Amino acid sequence: MNVILYLLGASLILGGGGLAVFLWSLRSGQYDDLDGAANRILFDDDE
Amino acid sequence: MTFAPTPTLPRFVGEGARTVEHRPLCREAAEGWGGGPTTPCIHCGQPALSGRRFCCPGCAAAFEVIQALGLGRYYAQRVLDPALRAPRPDTADRWDLARYVTLRSDGAHELTLAVDGLQCGACVWLIESVLAREPDVLQGRVNMTTRRLKLVWRGAAGQADALVATIERLGYRLVPFDAASLATAQDATGRALLRALAVAGFAAGNVMLLSIGIWAGEVGGLLHDMGPATRDLLHWVSALIAMPAIAYAGRPFFASAAAALRHGRTNMDVPISLGVILVTGMSLAQTMQGGAHTYFDSAITLLFFLLVGRVLDHRARGQARATAEQLLTLRAGDVAVLQPDGSMQRRSQQSVAPGDRVLVGSGERIGVDGVVERGSSSLDASLVTGESLPVAAMPGTRVFAGTVNLGEALTVRATATGGGTLLAECVRLIEAAEARRSRFVVLADRVARRYAPAVHLCALLTFLGWYLGVGVPAGNALLIACAVLIITCPCALALAVPVVQVIATGVLFRAGVLLKSATALERLAAVDTVVFDKTGTLTEPTLALVKAHDFDDAALRIAASLAVASRHPLARSLVAAAGPVAAADAVVEYPGQGLGAGDVRLGSRAFCGLDHDVAGGRGPELWLTRPDAAPTCFHFHETLRADAAATIRQLRDMGLDIRLLSGDRVDAVAPIAAALTIATWQAGCSPVHKVAAIDALVASGRSVLMVGDGLNDGPSLAAATVSASPASAADVSQTVADVVFQGRLLAPVATVIRTARRARSVMRQNLAMSIGYNVLMVPLAVTGFVTPWLAAAAMSGSSLLVMANSFRLRRRSA
Repeated sequence: MNVILYLLGASLILGGGGLAVFLWSLRSGQYDDLDGAANRILFDDDE
Repeated sequence: MTFAPTPTLPRFVGEGARTVEHRPLCREAAEGWGGGPTTPCIHCGQPALSGRRFCCPGCAAAFEVIQALGLGRYYAQRVLDPALRAPRPDTADRWDLARYVTLRSDGAHELTLAVDGLQCGACVWLIESVLAREPDVLQGRVNMTTRRLKLVWRGAAGQADALVATIERLGYRLVPFDAASLATAQDATGRALLRALAVAGFAAGNVMLLSIGIWAGEVGGLLHDMGPATRDLLHWVSALIAMPAIAYAGRPFFASAAAALRHGRTNMDVPISLGVILVTGMSLAQTMQGGAHTYFDSAITLLFFLLVGRVLDHRARGQARATAEQLLTLRAGDVAVLQPDGSMQRRSQQSVAPGDRVLVGSGERIGVDGVVERGSSSLDASLVTGESLPVAAMPGTRVFAGTVNLGEALTVRATATGGGTLLAECVRLIEAAEARRSRFVVLADRVARRYAPAVHLCALLTFLGWYLGVGVPAGNALLIACAVLIITCPCALALAVPVVQVIATGVLFRAGVLLKSATALERLAAVDTVVFDKTGTLTEPTLALVKAHDFDDAALRIAASLAVASRHPLARSLVAAAGPVAAADAVVEYPGQGLGAGDVRLGSRAFCGLDHDVAGGRGPELWLTRPDAAPTCFHFHETLRADAAATIRQLRDMGLDIRLLSGDRVDAVAPIAAALTIATWQAGCSPVHKVAAIDALVASGRSVLMVGDGLNDGPSLAAATVSASPASAADVSQTVADVVFQGRLLAPVATVIRTARRARSVMRQNLAMSIGYNVLMVPLAVTGFVTPWLAAAAMSGSSLLVMANSFRLRRRSA
C-alpha cells in the first residue's frame, strides 16, 4: 500500500500548484477587467 | 442643455459591427428628435442636417484627427448605442488636473480618470491607440469594467492637460479623481473572499477524493481490503488538509458571527460557524480515536458552497456601489476664480468664499450660488428647477449652482458656496429623507432570524435525547447531533437569495437597467403604487415644434436659417423640424432674447418688438419678424415618451396604482394626465410637497416607486420605498435612485417591476425548497441514519437544486 503515499503526495502537489497559480493570477490583477479582456481580443494591432 | 453623466453599459462588438449610417435605431432617434429629415453625424451619430456629414465642427475635427492617425477603422468597428452619451466633443468642464497627478518612484507621472461616453470595445481601442501614438506616454490603459483610464507618462506633470485634451477632442469626457480614496477597501474584501473560495475549493476537492475512497471501502464493499489502518491514514490526511483550510476559508463567517454575538444578536453566520467548528472538532476527535466516521469533507464543502454565495453577493453589492461612485465622481467640477489682480485660478467648489468673483465659460456648469456681475447669457436651470426652457441672465440676475451657462461667459459674484448652495440644500433634503426611510429587512435575514434558534434547539434536543434518553455514550450522541447540524446548515439557504440577485441584476443590466442597491429587487417586488414626475420622465427631455400651426414653409426655413447658429433648445427643435437649410449670414445671438440677422429677428415676443396683445398660444413660443411680412409664431410642446401610454397601461394591468406629481402648472399637467388616463395627479408641487405626498402614501402602508429625473425630485426619490431615474436625469437624482434606466423609452419601469416580482417568487421557491429539504432530512439525522456520505450528497444536492432553479430566471426572460 505504499503506492498510496506517492499518490497522495502527487495529488496534493498538483492541486496545490493549481491553487498557487490561481492566487497569483488574482494578485496580478487578471480578474480586474473581464469586460475589457473580452473586447480587446477583437482588435488586433499588427502595427 | 445639461450633460448629465450617463452610466454606460458595455456593448459587444460581436453584436454586429454595422456602420452608423445603417443603424436603424440611430435614424429613429434622429427623427424623433424634432421630426425633420436629418442624417446621423458621421462621428457622433447625433442628428445633423441632411446633406451635411457632421452635426458640429467639433465632430468634424474629431473625424479629421482619427483619419489623420490612420484609425479610421474605428468607425467600421464600433457600435453606437443611441441611449448612451454620444461621443460628441462639446463639454467644457475644466479641471485642475495637477491636483490629481501623482509622481511615481521611477520619475513618471500617473493620473487616473473616469471616462464618460465609452460605448464599446472600439472606444477602448481608439483611446488606447491614440495614446500609444503620443511619444511620452508610457501607459494608457482603459479598464472597461470600471470605465477608468490610467495614464502614465514621462516628463512634466503639466502634460496631463494636453493628453486629456487629446482624448476629449475625440468626444469622450474625462474626469479626474483620487484613485486612492475609491474602491480600495471594497477591492480588498472581494479579493479576500475569492482567495478563501480558492482555498476552500482546493481543500474540498482533495478531501472529497479521499472521502470517496473511504466510503467505497465501507459502503459498497468494493474495496474489501481497506483495513482500519488505511482508513485512519486517509482520515489523518483529510484532517491535515481540511483543518488549515477551514481555519482560513472560514474566517469571513467566524468574524461576522463573533460580531453578531458580541452585540447579542444572531445571524446566518452563527449556525454556520457553530456547525463547522463543532463538526471539525468532532471529526478530529474521531480521527484520533480511530473512529469510522469523520465529516471533514462535509465541513469544507459546506464552506465552499457558502463562499460561492458570499462572493456572488459581494459582487452584486460591489456593482451597485461602483455605479454610485461613478456618478459621484462625475458630479463636482472645479470653479474658475478671478483673482483681484485679474488672473484666474482654478479651485475646488469648497474653497470658494462668498464674495469671490467666478468666471463661468460657455457650456460650463456654475459651481456657486451668486449674482451675475458682468455679461449676459441664457442659463439652463433644468437641473435645479426642472424648467426645461433656458432663462435669461444679465447683471443682477440671481443664479444657482448646478445651472449651465448656454451663452457667452459670465462673471458671477458668489453669495453662497459649497454647503450653502441651493444644490447642497437639496442634497441635504435627500439625505434627511434617506435617513427616514425605514431600514428594509432583507428576506434572507428575516428567515435566518427564525431559522438559527430552531436549528440549535433541534441539535441540542437530539444530543440530550440520545445521551440522556437512549443512554448512548456522549461521543456518539454528539456525532449524531453533528449530523443534524450539517444537514440543517443553511447552505442552500445562503445561496437562495444571492444567486437570484446576481442573475436578475445581469438580466436587467442587459435590458439597460442598472440596479444600484442590492435590496432594490426585493423592495421593487413589493411596490403597489407608482408615482411619476412629468417633465423629463413621462415626457421627452426635449421639446418639439407644434406642426398644426398655420405658418408657411418659407417662414419656417427663414427661421431655421437663423436658428442654426444657436444652441438654444427651441432653436435646435426648430432646425430639426425645418430640415436642411443654409445658415443665414451675419446672425447675432442676443443671449436669453433671440437671434437677429439684419432686419429679420427670431426670438421672444418682447425681443421681436411685439406687444402683448398679439394673439399667441400657451406654452413656449418663438416669434419671427420680417420687414415685409406679418409676424409668425412657432409653438412648442412637450412630447410624451413614445411608449408612455402603453407602459402606464401595462403597469395598471399589473395591479399598480399610478399617480402623477409635477412641479409644473395645472394647464401643462392636465392634458398629460388625461392622455395617459392617470386619474390621481397634482400640479404645482414643490419638492417639499412631493416629499409630503410620498410620505403620506408610505405612512398609509403603501410601497411606493417614485420615478423622477430632476434635482427637485431628488428628495422625493429618497423618500419613496424605492426609486428610479432615467439616465438623462440630473446627476443628483441618479445618485439617489435605486434604479437607473437607459434609453428614450419608459418601458424599463414595467420591465424592472416584472423582473423583480419574478425574482422574488424564485427566491421564495428557493427558500421553500431548502427548508423543505431540511424538514425531510432532519428526522433521518435525528434518528441517527445519516452517515457522512449521505450528508455530503444531500448537502451538495440541495445547493445545486437551488442554483438550477435560479437560472430559470434567465431563461424565461431571454
